[in-house]
Amino acid sequence: MITLNDYLLVSGLLFAIGLAGVVLRRNIIIIFMCLEMMLSAANLSLVAFTRFNTVNGLPDYNGQMLVFFIITVAAAEVAVGLAIIIALFRARRTVHVDDIDAMKH
Amino acid sequence: MPSVLFYIFAAVMLGFGLLVVVLRNPVSNALALAVSFLGLAALFVSLNAYFIGIIQILVYAGAVMVLFLFIIMLLDIQAEQRRKLNLPAVAGGMVLVAAFGLQLVSVLSQFEPGKRRMNEVELNLAIAADTRAASNAPARSLNADLAAGNLPDVKLIGETLFTRYNFHLQIIGVLLLVATVGVIVISRREDKPAPAGEGQAERVQGSEIA
Repeated sequence: MITLNDYLLVSGLLFAIGLAGVVLRRNIIIIFMCLEMMLSAANLSLVAFTRFNTVNGLPDYNGQMLVFFIITVAAAEVAVGLAIIIALFRARRTVHVDDIDAMKH
Repeated sequence: MPSVLFYIFAAVMLGFGLLVVVLRNPVSNALALAVSFLGLAALFVSLNAYFIGIIQILVYAGAVMVLFLFIIMLLDIQAEQRRKLNLPAVAGGMVLVAAFGLQLVSVLSQFEPGKRRMNEVELNLAIAADTRAASNAPARSLNADLAAGNLPDVKLIGETLFTRYNFHLQIIGVLLLVATVGVIVISRREDKPAPAGEGQAERVQGSEIA
């Protein structure tokens, strides 16, 4: 049978993959996708904790509410982030983060 | 849930997650991420979080990924050309990820509460039904479901959301409204006629870019 640690390990690995994508990729849209992946990995460990900490024989629904709110905020964040990417693309004609270095100089 | 399914869905989730990082074409990245989220939703279902699993599919694999694909096609982004790799940055990233993985393994190997198996913490709907009956909780259909041995997941989440977290729900509503307005403001084209005189040259340049 599956233990809580199995779920936490899988969730941590998904987070690590997302982190690798954010650090290694240079396309801003891919970076944004990997950010979403990291948020979902955090959700997985939260849901695993709610399932393994039963309250009166039921999963701890307070944790699942937190996941619900995280998903809602993430949806809003995606909309705003993609709007910023569109504005950036209009101004600079690129989605490559190495080309967006105006604040470096 | 049999452990085979856990391993299958975890492998799907991690494998397609890895493809998101590796593939060069943004459309393939978005589709791989959608499949990765489907595997994640299956893991949510395996944890008896049916509602969270469904909204993971509806919101992420549905709405968010379609939005990503829409933006990728709207901006007409081609597959990246291979650029010269910035070796120190890549090495630094790899070290960061490896350090995170090592920490994860070392922490989890010492985490005793995490060694419980899922069948050791079975859901006990009879106890839940008794507790609710003893505390005179309303929502009869919910209590009937519990007594019949079905986990009324959506009803329980709805009850928690609209009683204990009612205020938070309204704040989230305001947040979504602000995000909607913000998106419209950010992505609006600025092609209003500028006042005559100053800034004319800049404006011509700007409209070229827009």
